[in-house]
Amino acid sequence: MSTPDRSGELLTIAERVVAMAKPGEQVEAYVSRGLSTEVRVYEGEVEHFVSAQSEGIGIRVIRDGRTGTSYCGTLDPSQIAEVLAEARDNLGYGEPDEWSGLAEPDGVAVVPQSLWDDSLENTTTARKIELAKLLEKLTLAGDSRVRVDDSNYSDAFGEAAVATTTGIRVAGRENGCYLSVGTLADDGDETQTGFGFAVGRNVEELDLERAAREAVDRATRLLGATKPESRRITVVLDPFVTAQFLSIIGGTLNGESVVKGRSLFANRIGEAVANPLLTLVDDPTNPLAYTATDIDGEGLAARRNALIQDGVLQKFVQSSYSARRMGMAPTGNGLRGGYGGSPSAGCLALQIVPGLRSQAEIVAGIDDGILIQQVQGLHSGVNAVSGDFSTGAAGLLIKNGTVGAPVREFTIASTLQKMLLDIAEVGGDLEWLPMSATGVSLVIHDVTMSGA
Amino acid sequence: MIDNDILERVLAEGLRTGADFAEVFASDWRGTGVGLDDGKIEQLSTGRNRGAGIRVIAGDTTGFAHTADLSEAGLMAAARVAAEAARQGGGGTKVIALTTQPSRIVSPIKIDPSTIGKAAKVDLLRRVDDAARSAGGAISQVSAGYSDGRTRIVIANSDGLVAHDERVRTLLRVSAVANGDAGMQTGFDSLGHTMGFELFDKVQVEDVARAAAGRALTKLKARPAPSGSLPVVIKAGSGGVLFHEACGHGLEADLVAKGASVYKGKVGELVASPLVTLVDDGTMTHEWGAIAIDDEGHPSQYNVLIENGVLTDYMWDYLRARKEGRPQSGNGRRQSYKDLPMVRMTNTYVLNGEEDPTDIIKDTPNGVYVAHLGGGSVNTATGDFVFGMTEAYLIENGEITEPLREGNLIGNGPQVLRDIDRLGNDFAMGNPGTCGKDGQGVPVGDGQPTLRVKSMTIGGTAS
Repeated sequence: MSTPDRSGELLTIAERVVAMAKPGEQVEAYVSRGLSTEVRVYEGEVEHFVSAQSEGIGIRVIRDGRTGTSYCGTLDPSQIAEVLAEARDNLGYGEPDEWSGLAEPDGVAVVPQSLWDDSLENTTTARKIELAKLLEKLTLAGDSRVRVDDSNYSDAFGEAAVATTTGIRVAGRENGCYLSVGTLADDGDETQTGFGFAVGRNVEELDLERAAREAVDRATRLLGATKPESRRITVVLDPFVTAQFLSIIGGTLNGESVVKGRSLFANRIGEAVANPLLTLVDDPTNPLAYTATDIDGEGLAARRNALIQDGVLQKFVQSSYSARRMGMAPTGNGLRGGYGGSPSAGCLALQIVPGLRSQAEIVAGIDDGILIQQVQGLHSGVNAVSGDFSTGAAGLLIKNGTVGAPVREFTIASTLQKMLLDIAEVGGDLEWLPMSATGVSLVIHDVTMSGA
Repeated sequence: MIDNDILERVLAEGLRTGADFAEVFASDWRGTGVGLDDGKIEQLSTGRNRGAGIRVIAGDTTGFAHTADLSEAGLMAAARVAAEAARQGGGGTKVIALTTQPSRIVSPIKIDPSTIGKAAKVDLLRRVDDAARSAGGAISQVSAGYSDGRTRIVIANSDGLVAHDERVRTLLRVSAVANGDAGMQTGFDSLGHTMGFELFDKVQVEDVARAAAGRALTKLKARPAPSGSLPVVIKAGSGGVLFHEACGHGLEADLVAKGASVYKGKVGELVASPLVTLVDDGTMTHEWGAIAIDDEGHPSQYNVLIENGVLTDYMWDYLRARKEGRPQSGNGRRQSYKDLPMVRMTNTYVLNGEEDPTDIIKDTPNGVYVAHLGGGSVNTATGDFVFGMTEAYLIENGEITEPLREGNLIGNGPQVLRDIDRLGNDFAMGNPGTCGKDGQGVPVGDGQPTLRVKSMTIGGTAS
């Protein structure tokens, strides 16, 4: 059975709001609706089953350079009228900004994406529960030292529409499913933790064996870990860690932080900011990306943007506001955090151009180093304005080309500027991860490890 | 918001598939946010979110559904979904008679922010911008946010409880950038209370702005933080997050029950320095984590978790307390009507010690003095935690000397608790925080007097 696309209904609601614009006003309406299911299994039983529905509308009104916004979590027509009136009232308190304004169609063609899979709609609740139970069972079978904290199945569908007085009118929908398992591994008094996950557009795409294997491996490989001595060292970031590092770098390549004087890389377009081994692109049109999309949060076509090419800074990602203010072309990078938020510039799907060698081949060439398998506290130890980078970490020491003893409770530190220049190799082991950046093994020289 | 007779029918619907507990949590939130950046009021935004979450428990299985439709039909539909999700065979009817709980006020509100004109809120941020920019010529950028919110809540359950609450929170955040020869530095400060607009009669927003700007300016002269283990002195009111991460999360009964806490099975044992008495206190008037009732309708409490170093109890919600056959502790909280409640902290703090804080610094030949902390995180199963220092200095020969650049500190919770060897008499609460767990954020507070940890690993780059 195929479910009809009802995102057109949302577009009708958005257009109705836009039609109420008064002369001299720019109006944008963003309307969204979603439904999600979450099953949590523990010790073979369903611990909870959550069925969540949400809907809402956010309205922006701009007049004489002043912006007002308002939103509410319902599509009830009487409420929508109130939201528009509120947004209009609120703009009276904003201050004029000559660059404020809504996105305008820029002629860039939409690259169609397959973001919807009918078969997920037809997956029964029993099947969802069975998958979470199976993942728990597979994980427990992987190693007798392993316990499972929780095993989860979740899926979500979302549809959204944007219409503006500047001529934007787009609507779309997407769905997907996700499995995850949290693990604990015990050895005597010691406990370590791990996790595994699988993602797909439908349940057939979910790789349970791999999720179970990784969850077991992540928890058990740190058993017996000790605290390393403090020193400077070469690090190899596991693909999952590299993806988190790239997300931070992506956050600094942002036109809004440039125009507001918060970017490390302002005025450096055309300069070498990284080792020539690094080529970084933001490409939401690549269907392999977890965050692939056809349109951005302001209704412009999502597109491929090369940000760093062979170490040279090429471009910042832009919202329509920052593009206008910098006098640059839009890049289709307006991000929106749901109906309650205003769009802001951000990367949609970061990808690093992979190198050639596997992680094993890379490690074989390192005499003294450390393989970083997990990081903790990036949100508290990294400052994207000053560039200071310090994070808790755990991993395996590398000696004479082989990985050995596990280590934990230490930090690795440097600065973002220096780390980009200190990149020594980009691995060929590209992984598509459930986040807005891909991962590869990444070698960085001269990082400070702080431990005992 | 919803009449008792409707609540009774909805709860009965929730129990129809044989469940043993049903609950309705309805809330209606309205809020205002104003953002200033780059010298301009960028926008004023108002919003409203209301709806109800319905929880049905059958044995060990919880079913949950939520709806933005607060009509009887909408609530009944959600109750059916939740009941179906928790289906336990059987079925039947049960009559529910609700008794409204007397209302309880922990944080009385003088001035409801929704009665204050939008212009007054905008004016606060203009004052912040002026004060931060006048703090020093090197201040190159300021962003600030004001927000207020009022939530009306109704909680009813099949045990016959109906409780109402109204929560008002007001928050100001200031972030400044200073530009110097060695690049840019940032400074942050915030002010948040479970209080109305009278907050700004008590505190001058200029002080918050100057604190943020001061941190950015101080760090322009900062050198890289040390790398390795050193004694760490933490200023009063800036290190509560250490306890939140080092042990608070590990004392949440849901994590303990699954064996995901290093504190499992340790009640009655010495888990910290005998100097440490740790409390989680939802009743602390006007603090950011204060609540009159938790999100399951249970009155908030003053709970002693660690007394003179000995672990006395964990924190509890309905589900975990029911399993253990013991009372709840007022720690069942959720982010919104869209979320299931979990065991969460409220205001978590260490009680005063006896020492003069200046003596603690004087007796530290070499170390790090942390004057302001950023966020942190913990792995409760291993106890390993990190937190970021956003304002810190070297201690040399018993004196606070040079400022340090930012970095994380890392430690192991049980080890750090044992390594607290000095405790001051200058207790203060810290900045308002948002605690994240399982994807949900809730407002929390923390506090402590000046204290010293014998040794912690500092994640800088200087040898």
